[in-house]
Amino acid sequence: MAVIQFREALNQAMLEEMQRDPTVFLMGEEVAQYDGAYKVSKGLLAKFGPERVIDSPISEGGFAGLGVGAAMCGLRPIIEMMTWNFGIQGFDQIINHAAKMLYMSAGQFPIPMVFRGPNGAAHMLGAQHSQFMEPMLTNVPGLKVIAPATPYDGKGLLKSAIRDNNPVIFMEREIMYAEKGEVPEEEYLIPIGVGDIKREGTDITIIAWSRMVGYCLQAADILASEGINAEVLDPRTLQPLDEDLIFASVRKTHRALVVEESWPFASVGSEICDRIQRHCFDDLDSPVHRISGAHSSMPYNEKMEEMVLPSVEKIVRAAKEACYAI
Amino acid sequence: MAKKNGSTQGKGDVDISPDMLKEMYKDMLFYRRFEETVHRAYTKGKFAGFCHLHIGQEAVCVGVQKAIRKSDYMISGYRSHTQAIAKGIPAEKVMAELFGKSGGAVMGKGGSMHMFSNELRFLGGHGIVGGQVPLAAGAGFAIKYRKEDDVCICYLGDAASNQGQFFEALNMAATWKLPVIFVIENNRYGMGTDIHRTTSVDHLWKRALAFDMEHSQIDGMNVLSVYSHFRSLVADMRKTQRPHLCEIMTYRYRGHSVSDPGNYRTKEEVAEYQEKDPILQLAAHLKANKIAKDSDLEAWDEEAKSKAKAAEDWADQSPDADLSLTFEHNLAN
Repeated sequence: MAVIQFREALNQAMLEEMQRDPTVFLMGEEVAQYDGAYKVSKGLLAKFGPERVIDSPISEGGFAGLGVGAAMCGLRPIIEMMTWNFGIQGFDQIINHAAKMLYMSAGQFPIPMVFRGPNGAAHMLGAQHSQFMEPMLTNVPGLKVIAPATPYDGKGLLKSAIRDNNPVIFMEREIMYAEKGEVPEEEYLIPIGVGDIKREGTDITIIAWSRMVGYCLQAADILASEGINAEVLDPRTLQPLDEDLIFASVRKTHRALVVEESWPFASVGSEICDRIQRHCFDDLDSPVHRISGAHSSMPYNEKMEEMVLPSVEKIVRAAKEACYAI
Repeated sequence: MAKKNGSTQGKGDVDISPDMLKEMYKDMLFYRRFEETVHRAYTKGKFAGFCHLHIGQEAVCVGVQKAIRKSDYMISGYRSHTQAIAKGIPAEKVMAELFGKSGGAVMGKGGSMHMFSNELRFLGGHGIVGGQVPLAAGAGFAIKYRKEDDVCICYLGDAASNQGQFFEALNMAATWKLPVIFVIENNRYGMGTDIHRTTSVDHLWKRALAFDMEHSQIDGMNVLSVYSHFRSLVADMRKTQRPHLCEIMTYRYRGHSVSDPGNYRTKEEVAEYQEKDPILQLAAHLKANKIAKDSDLEAWDEEAKSKAKAAEDWADQSPDADLSLTFEHNLAN
């Protein structure tokens, strides 16, 4: 298998799907001539031309809405948000229009489109460029939400997202675009809504997605050296959530730790904790533990930023607490 | 008709056939009677929620509709019952939707503000003021992407032209030459606020100047002005795909919604517009040109009333919304 960067995997997904289906187009700020702010769309303008790879004005609400309208009329837009922080400008279109169109029209207008871009904190970008949108967007009926952790998952899930007949929120990470991973030469798809066990274990289930999967795998190595065999479960899709996989794992390990970077109040993590305690109450040997970002705006200073975000050390400590190993 | 550097008035009634004139008259009359029936049904408690009537603005809906063809797209805001009917959704299905019935345009799941028809290319029925404007740009984008010569009619109210997304959408439409006619139905009030109290420009067509977009302003109380202007706009747009902003001066006789007593304007002002009523104007024209007699007009009114009554009866008889569909349509397969 080829070893490629995350950005290349996403690029391949868009390229293959645009070759496959002429109704797919890409629009966003700097996606065409500049080859993408983070080079995810590199080479697509040259390949598909300016009719299908379109540089938008700085109007996230406007071009998100343009995408929704185009989707109502039979096209399959990929709308790139340069970051999901800017994507907030487009929340009116995503929440009030994309998510509700099928429902309001009683099934007449599906919205087959993808809103994609980097989510969350990168490194020292300050409060307005370091936000995690999982809680807000998974809360909205009518949207699917995907947050992949590896180039392999990213490619397979983005291809599925482009083929899906619903508005799909695809959350990437600026800080992961250069990460490398194995991706098959041949075509493959990963189904939306199916999680993945990233590391098998017996003593505790650590549930994490996106960047936190890598952190949790590192934490699992440390825990293993201390005699705790952790299972790392990546739901990959946050809406809909593969709760069966989560429940099966927790029923095996009898302990759970949920790790997320977003603000903790009414979050994906709190939702997972709730479902585990309701469905696996009798299987649990300790309370469900959580690690999240702090309920704070993001500081610029590096050490302050570390205080707000989860770390491998924080994850190891919480897992040990859940295992009564501290 | 459309000029780049200033407002223009619509042309008069050039070469409109007597049959077309009669059809326009009957349609306007029917929409008036339909909305009156809706209002009565609301007052009787047959339905609830928001309900925004189009009474007084019939010439806009009819004049525009007669100038477009079936494959053209249309999208609107929350004051859109009669636009939905004009685009082809049967009146009884619009009424049934208001009543929340299973026979409604969207099975009772949308209500007054959310009528849709994919088949008829009616893109809704939207409740976020101005939110439909970028969607219209998207319809224009799709037309252009497929290299077709349809157009998209995008209705919005005067106050929606102060939303940020309106400006974003007009900029994109003008930059990329998307075939959309942005139709501002200027009825002078955004809910209860006189548009001049919240808007820096004296005429809304001036919004187009910021985008170097073609624009016009026409009299929306005269259906012939609306029709002839739009016929020419649409014919041009099929060739050029250049977007257009048209400000249509109109007036609603009833409140913003049925719960609005209208204390922000005078009775004299309403009466002044009622003297310019689009139905009365066309009636005078039909009589002056010997296309119709008083007895014809009376007969057509009876016809309009009975059609509206039939829509109400049909909606009354339609079964209540199917509760098994409550959680359907959140996601597509």
